[in-house]
Amino acid sequence: MDALDLARWQFGITTVYHFLFVPLTIGLSVIVASLQTAWHRTGRYRYLRATKFFGKLFLINFAMGVVTGIVQEFQFGMNWSEYSRFVGDVFGAPLAMEALLAFFLESTFIGLWIFGWDRLPRRVHLACIWAAAVGTNMSAYFILAANAWMRHPVGFTRDEETGRAQLTDIWAVLGNTQAWSTYLHVVSAAFITAGMFVAAVSAYKLWTSRPSGPGGGTDGEDPAPGANTPAGRERELFRTTLRAGMVVTLIAGVLAVYSGDHQAKLAAAYEPMKLAAAEAHWETEEGAPFSTFAVGDTDERLNVVDVNVPHVLSFLATGKIDGTVEGMNDLQEQYEQTYGEGNYIPNVFVLYWSFRLMIGLGLFGVGVSALGLWLTRRRRLPRTRWFYYAAVLALPAALAANILGWVLTEMGRQPWTVHGELLTAASVSPGVSLGTVAFSLAAFTGIYAVLAVVEAGLLWRYVKAGPSHVIPDRDDEDEQTADSPVPAFVY
Amino acid sequence: MELPDIWFIAIAVLWTGYFVLEGFDFGVGVLLPLIGRDDTDRRVMINAIGPVWDGNEVWLITAAGAMFAAFPAWYASAFSGFYLPLLIVLLALIARGVAFEYRGKGDTDRWRAWWDRAIVFGSTAPAVLWGVFFANLVRGVPMDADGIVAAGITDLLNPYALLGGLTTLAVFTLHGAVFLTLKTSGPVRARARAAALRTAAVAVPAGAGFLAWTQYAYGAAWTLPVAAAAAMALVAGAFLAAAGREGWSFTATAVAIGAATVTLFGSLYPAVLPSTTDAAYDLTVANASSAPYTLTVLSWVAVVFLPLVLAYQAWSYWVFRKRVSREQIDPAPAYGGREPARAGGGERPDAGTPSAPAPSPSGD
Ligand code: HDD
Ligand code: HEM
Ligand code: HEM
Repeated sequence: MDALDLARWQFGITTVYHFLFVPLTIGLSVIVASLQTAWHRTGRYRYLRATKFFGKLFLINFAMGVVTGIVQEFQFGMNWSEYSRFVGDVFGAPLAMEALLAFFLESTFIGLWIFGWDRLPRRVHLACIWAAAVGTNMSAYFILAANAWMRHPVGFTRDEETGRAQLTDIWAVLGNTQAWSTYLHVVSAAFITAGMFVAAVSAYKLWTSRPSGPGGGTDGEDPAPGANTPAGRERELFRTTLRAGMVVTLIAGVLAVYSGDHQAKLAAAYEPMKLAAAEAHWETEEGAPFSTFAVGDTDERLNVVDVNVPHVLSFLATGKIDGTVEGMNDLQEQYEQTYGEGNYIPNVFVLYWSFRLMIGLGLFGVGVSALGLWLTRRRRLPRTRWFYYAAVLALPAALAANILGWVLTEMGRQPWTVHGELLTAASVSPGVSLGTVAFSLAAFTGIYAVLAVVEAGLLWRYVKAGPSHVIPDRDDEDEQTADSPVPAFVY
Repeated sequence: MELPDIWFIAIAVLWTGYFVLEGFDFGVGVLLPLIGRDDTDRRVMINAIGPVWDGNEVWLITAAGAMFAAFPAWYASAFSGFYLPLLIVLLALIARGVAFEYRGKGDTDRWRAWWDRAIVFGSTAPAVLWGVFFANLVRGVPMDADGIVAAGITDLLNPYALLGGLTTLAVFTLHGAVFLTLKTSGPVRARARAAALRTAAVAVPAGAGFLAWTQYAYGAAWTLPVAAAAAMALVAGAFLAAAGREGWSFTATAVAIGAATVTLFGSLYPAVLPSTTDAAYDLTVANASSAPYTLTVLSWVAVVFLPLVLAYQAWSYWVFRKRVSREQIDPAPAYGGREPARAGGGERPDAGTPSAPAPSPSGD
């Protein structure tokens, strides 16, 4: 263990943690804004209750996203000073733009939204949540453009004197193919996750409020949702949001597959080693097969067991069933010739399985959603236990898929921080000792662990308490004029 | 004036914005247990900064991002060199940000007491450490030719830096107290006024001493009037608060913080991080900056978007310009579907329709 290893662990742990909240913020901001828009348009009280209920959960999550984000920004300088010195000229620009264009928008308008319910005209208040949602989704673009540059560096030269990267074309950096492709993929993944969050919470509420006792309804039909009682109105609300969440997840799922396929093609073009490792693909082949299960020997550099689907990898990587896909052994030789001695093969085991689990776990929720939309068609609600369980489980699965996607991306880039330009080993802060990093790693891990328990507890308690805890029930669904019954101050 | 000089000024502006704005919400956090005698008082205080503290914090994020982009070598050396103080700042900002949001979401006194501690720690620690950080930046650190800083914790805790830390703590606290006189009413406002006077008894001598030391040891000729203005504004702020001229008093403390920040940056220039090992290793505006192309891009972005940011942040301050009072604070939230009892006299002056149904326990 040296300071480098710990700095890597710290970066990995803190970003993965940050990214537990990020996809929910990205997706929920838009979903909550849409619910409020629905209320604004139709005047239906049900939408207002849904806005407040999911808005509350969104804010609990948002707070964590904000405080863990600052850590990320500071860490570049604190732990990766040589990296910052090398790339600041290029990489700092999107980061600074993110703060100025996106974070100000997001934080200011979230404040206006939280505290503005009874002070702003309704339209203006609605515009506030949309401004915050736009800010959030813009912030994702800038940070992903920065990250994409590390995988496919463009628009720069190396300063002859200092050896540092120097920006030559900001549009190349912001318009990097890798940037918008990654953005599409990450935002789709975020909407899968946020849609699943809404669906999972709704499914839980519907399951726990189901009309108990056998024979409570004919099969496939739910007897209660329409009833104009407090419980019936609440079930009606969650039936609506269950379907809304599943629609979001399903659409996002299609986009995730489309953009994921594009990501694989870009990886084949720009980071062939990553794709080869993710496929445990040792030798260069034409018409390469897609591996579905493999047991490899990384010392001997070959697979002992490999279950394949012929030609699929070639198609995924190149768009042609007989396209050539380079293998790790050839790439290793090429890299040694270009960059000198060293091991350029990332951790094959981790990449291989994170790739498969990302796809599998992420698409699980998409499958549940497709099925769920069918099962809930025409005012139906399934009465079988497994559907509700699956919908709830799909949420942690989607979060895990997000994390595994990043593990694939980031560990697949190793041993580089900037592909072909800067090695991870050369990025770390030379002046920061092992003991110091160990201390900060322990401190972050400790405080993050405590906060994880606190935030999960709070979410759970608000989900259990239900919408009536946040906003009272009422039976005149369509009452247009009533003002939002909210207190002046919220903290 | 060259582009790097302009960006040095831009970064000074961002830090000034940060200290003027977040300075008062730090101060409110520091004063939480002193002015907030009961839970309602403390909620009055927290709600007074509630809508704006996050936007204030983004000034820090932008300042750091701009340093990264415009002066990578400065960002790299300073942030890795001040590792431990920054680590504590980060932990404090985490605790504090979460505390504001989560404090009101539990139902026991113990829960709220814990988050109150987090707010006090989370506001006090950065209020001290930013002073220590900037004093050391001006004073310089042991740094070699590669920009690698080798400053132990004892190097960072020198008398000058400690005075700097005391100054920022006291001045931010004064600024926060003055903010509370301006933005609250009732007992909190009265106590904040008393607190402003008492804090000034520390803030004025500490601030004057720190500014004098800075000016004497590191200052340029032109920073002398700025430093003097800062000290005078500080004194004026305290007296105006005592006289009940709350708006002017807040303006004065804001000017004091702004002028003091300008003094610090002015004393630093043209270096950005001096080396106490050898002046030849100093990081300067010229040798730490990004190339002209990057700075040009950043300039365009700043020229277009900074005014926009200022406009909507100013608007948000305008929307929340009313004073917060105890009567506006609803009873503490209750859980498990229990309807909380409404506190007596709960007519809110600026609430929506008077016929609005019973308010929810904690809704937003
Ligand atoms: C794809 C999206 C994405 C990615 C890869 C990252 N973030 Fe993030 N970040 C967000 C998307 C986001 C967000 C959705 O916009 C957040 C989450 C919660 C929030 O308030 O905004 C956010 C918050 C957030 C904040 C707090 C903003 C505020 O106070 O409002 C900072 C400083 C950062 N991030 C910085 C980073 C850095 C330096 C990253 C790189 C390692 C990073 N984020 C990865
Ligand atoms: C939020 C989603 C992200 C996740 C979950 C993530 C995850 C990770 C992980 C697991 C590592 C460690 C890899 C290893 O050491 O083998 C890592 C490293 C790194 N990542 Fe990311 N990352 C994310 C986004 C970003 C972004 C947006 C950037 C840049 C803007 C970035 C920059 C880096 C850097 C500089 C390292 C260096 C440390 C290293 O290579 O070990 N990451 N990341
Ligand atoms: C058939 C479906 C999918 C394919 C082919 C696919 C492909 C890929 C590839 C190749 C990468 C690595 C990109 C690179 O490092 O250059 C990636 C990254 C990622 N994937 Fe997927 N993916 C799929 C589905 C999903 C799903 C369902 C989710 C989440 C719910 C997801 C979340 C992510 C995330 C968060 C990343 C990291 C960011 C990035 O580099 O784009 N993916 N995906």
